[in-house]
Amino acid sequence: MLKYVLKRILISVVTVLVILAVLFTMLHSMPGSPFNDEKITAVQRANLEAKYGLDKPLPVQFYNYLKAMLAGDFGISYVIQKNMPISELLRARIPVSIRIGIQSVLLGMVIGLILGIIAALKRNSFLDTFATVVSVIGVSFPSYVFAMAMSYFIGFRLGWLPLLYSTTDAARSTIMPTISLCMFSLATVARFARTEMVEVMGSDYMLLADSKGITTLRLLGVHGLRNALIPIITVLAPLTVELMTGSLVVEQIFAIPGIGSLLVSAIQFNDYNVVLAVIFIYSIMFISVMLIVDILYGIIDPRIRLAKEEKR
Amino acid sequence: MMTAKEYASRVEKQDFVLANRRDIGVDKVYGSQSFFRDAVSRFTKNKGAVFGLIMIVIIVVMAFAGPPLSGYDYRTQNLSQRNLPPHIPGLEFIPIFSGVSTQYANGQPIRTDMYELKGIKDVTHIFGTDALGRDQFARVWTGSRVSLFVALVAILIDTLVGMSLGLVSGYYGGKVDFFLQRVVEILSTIPTTVIVTLLIVVMKPGLTSITVALMITEWIGMSRVARAQTLRLKEQEFILASKTMGESNRSIIFREILPNIFGQIIVMCMMTIPNAIFTEAFLAFIGLGIPAPLASLGSLISDGFKSMTMYPFLVAYPVIVLALLMLSFNLMADGLRDAYDPKMKEM
Amino acid sequence: MEKTLTIRNLSVSFSTSNGTVRAVRNVDLDLYKGETLAIVGESGSGKSVTVKAVMGITSNNQTIESGSILYRYEQNENWTERELLKLTHNEMRQQINGTHIAMVFQDPMTSLDPTMTIGMQLMEGMMHHLHLSKQAARKRALELLELVGITDSEKRMRNYPHQLSGGMRQRVVIAIALSCNPDILICDEPTTALDVTIQAKILELIKEIQEKTGISVIYITHDLGVVAKVADYVAVMYAGRIVEKGTVDDIFYDPRHPYTWGLLSSMPDLSIDNSERLYTIPGSPPNMVNLPAGDPFAPRNQFALEADYKEESPTFKISDTHFAATWLLDERAPHVEMPVSLRRRIDAMKEGGVSHA
Repeated sequence: MLKYVLKRILISVVTVLVILAVLFTMLHSMPGSPFNDEKITAVQRANLEAKYGLDKPLPVQFYNYLKAMLAGDFGISYVIQKNMPISELLRARIPVSIRIGIQSVLLGMVIGLILGIIAALKRNSFLDTFATVVSVIGVSFPSYVFAMAMSYFIGFRLGWLPLLYSTTDAARSTIMPTISLCMFSLATVARFARTEMVEVMGSDYMLLADSKGITTLRLLGVHGLRNALIPIITVLAPLTVELMTGSLVVEQIFAIPGIGSLLVSAIQFNDYNVVLAVIFIYSIMFISVMLIVDILYGIIDPRIRLAKEEKR
Repeated sequence: MMTAKEYASRVEKQDFVLANRRDIGVDKVYGSQSFFRDAVSRFTKNKGAVFGLIMIVIIVVMAFAGPPLSGYDYRTQNLSQRNLPPHIPGLEFIPIFSGVSTQYANGQPIRTDMYELKGIKDVTHIFGTDALGRDQFARVWTGSRVSLFVALVAILIDTLVGMSLGLVSGYYGGKVDFFLQRVVEILSTIPTTVIVTLLIVVMKPGLTSITVALMITEWIGMSRVARAQTLRLKEQEFILASKTMGESNRSIIFREILPNIFGQIIVMCMMTIPNAIFTEAFLAFIGLGIPAPLASLGSLISDGFKSMTMYPFLVAYPVIVLALLMLSFNLMADGLRDAYDPKMKEM
Repeated sequence: MEKTLTIRNLSVSFSTSNGTVRAVRNVDLDLYKGETLAIVGESGSGKSVTVKAVMGITSNNQTIESGSILYRYEQNENWTERELLKLTHNEMRQQINGTHIAMVFQDPMTSLDPTMTIGMQLMEGMMHHLHLSKQAARKRALELLELVGITDSEKRMRNYPHQLSGGMRQRVVIAIALSCNPDILICDEPTTALDVTIQAKILELIKEIQEKTGISVIYITHDLGVVAKVADYVAVMYAGRIVEKGTVDDIFYDPRHPYTWGLLSSMPDLSIDNSERLYTIPGSPPNMVNLPAGDPFAPRNQFALEADYKEESPTFKISDTHFAATWLLDERAPHVEMPVSLRRRIDAMKEGGVSHA
């Protein structure tokens, strides 16, 4: 188990390095420089570039950047907030984004699981049809469709919830973004849970467990759910991607001061230090989710936990 | 249940001779449907899938017939007719085509018939007009062409890039497979949004860069499916038999493997399409879509959103078309999957 | 001899998209205490559906059309009777399954929960039904593992199914079935998924357990070799119906139904001269949706009478223990002998003492 975890961690570290290298080279081949201002003379620009180390060869720049990144220093923003250290820019924004992210994954997971399992147990009932419709719609509609619809009807017309994010009313402000972002997770989890549960219920081991005459609660809870949960964990990774993508747009719609809206404005203003930093954060988040999924998988599934290291 | 006597009485004495039929042990063949016809009948029985197919056909037809039908084109500005609500002369009794604009002041609605105000009661704008007086109906359907184009691109990428790489990697294995697998592994640990966004930032926003971005991200899923299926088939007897008969690798791939994985390939293709359409719409929304005056559903939504509280119709129609398109492709993909492999049936 | 299970006139059907399948038709069976009943038949002959009805395992599209399953058991020296088909699903689970009737499934590779230790899977039934404490259940689980021939039981208790071989898993499944002291053990092709060498060991194990505990066993199999080794009574099923039943001697030495002749002829036997071609029954089992008129076996039967094409035969009584459903036993029928090669085989078995057991 320890070896398995260490291997996963090693793979993750390598991936982070690869991602950073790719991002760095790509961003440096971008057309615009942050000092594209026409009022700046060539000499001034050279001075500025020297000040920020932009005149050094790329590998050196990358090495310096890496060193700084690992120390938690993401450099400074050139455009969005002149000379503001990016780490400070991020510090206020990350918790907001993470809060909404976790809220929506949890909400989606819980409701999705309940819906999927009920649908599987009461196949072809009204609830099953309902779950099918919800999951098709949830998977099909982009999260901003829900966000806009809620923002217009609930936020604007009915005025029940704040139309835009306000720091003084943070809890209520996150309700609509959370719901619109959770739809995809909810739909995916419901769909997956139903399929898995149907398959588990039809398996020989459920038949054997049932024929032992144990209680229905134990049968479903201990044997059924546990086996159905294993594959459901794998959808966490695609959910995270969807969530990040969704958050870029949903944070715009509700004017949430998170890292998603920061990335969008950084892209629009060509502030590539910020772009690099946010993408680094995104990658770290995504890779940690993948790592957690792998480890969770190991804990729940004894076939992985106890596997001899036979694969490579 | 009958008693033995009743039974016995139903058979005559002369029946007790050996039958000596000639067809002993010849199996009767019961009318069974061919696999393809079976799949078609399963597909047509699936209401969702048929709905999806019909909607896609309607949207495709409208994407080409819509703009000419409206009598406008997507870029002609008419600054005297800005932000007009939807209006169809003669159908004013339908609230959504009345041409009446509703604004809210302190929560109280104020209704104005914009067309009467401007004295243009005979002008038709089925979806209204945008901030530059361009007909939204023409713009929405022109914009949906972009989504359909992207769908086409996704299919091409899936089959040309994803399927070929998967087949080659699965069939030949070895170094090629090892290299491709590492690429897939790394690409799949980077969120696709990040890759796509970065690419568009580096290149100029436009259809070409969107195509390139899709090319880098969308082949992965398909190549995985194709590789896994090829690996599975490679070990089966009929392939081994062809090999021992001296069939060339190329003909094994095209004649034996490809026809057998075709179903999964089509299903996978259909699943990539909504993804690709969504990616384009997403990029357009964050301002990395195709440049004006061209429109895509995503850019229309993005523009419309800015004045959503004033002119909700500007955002509503492109959202509805986009949502219907995504829904239809998803429903059809589900239907195809179920039709192709009833055992895979999920929800 | 006490009867513990009496099945009368059992008919089960399934509704499928192609029509109704009458999977089990008018089945009568008896199981005596401490004895072994083998139900033999090709796949789709209705043997599994019959025992699943006994276990109360039903699927959604299934209907029990008629019949009764009477289960008798001894409790405090009194015999109690239960009509199993009248019990609800929950009553079956709570009162019968595990504690009175238990089942060993066909494929040991899939019939154990992959996420639970062997020990826990053994103990959970006991803790629930026998109200044992965890320690007591553990102690008994260890005994059971020893009983089914697993030596390092302490270690195995902590193992997960994937760490065990197929034969070992089947032993565990048997231990689970035995854990709550059932009176009847149903074995649904318990050895088909296993290696030949292990098959014999599992059969011996069940026999041994039967001797030790006096449990009654129902075997489902398509393998007459297995039947010869373990059974006291044999029922041969074809297309949902019992075509012949009797003691193991009745069936092996005095078979009457052409289908039984076919089965016996097609049984490979090392002691018989190998130059003879192994016999196979022509054709394949009938499509249960489109059952032909008359006897479903007639189209594959070289001894079919014209009568077989018109009407199914009633069940004729040959002796107190031996019954067969073929028109050949009707008094009006011409005299038909079993194939010569089979006759020779049976004679050889009788004389040479090349025992089938």
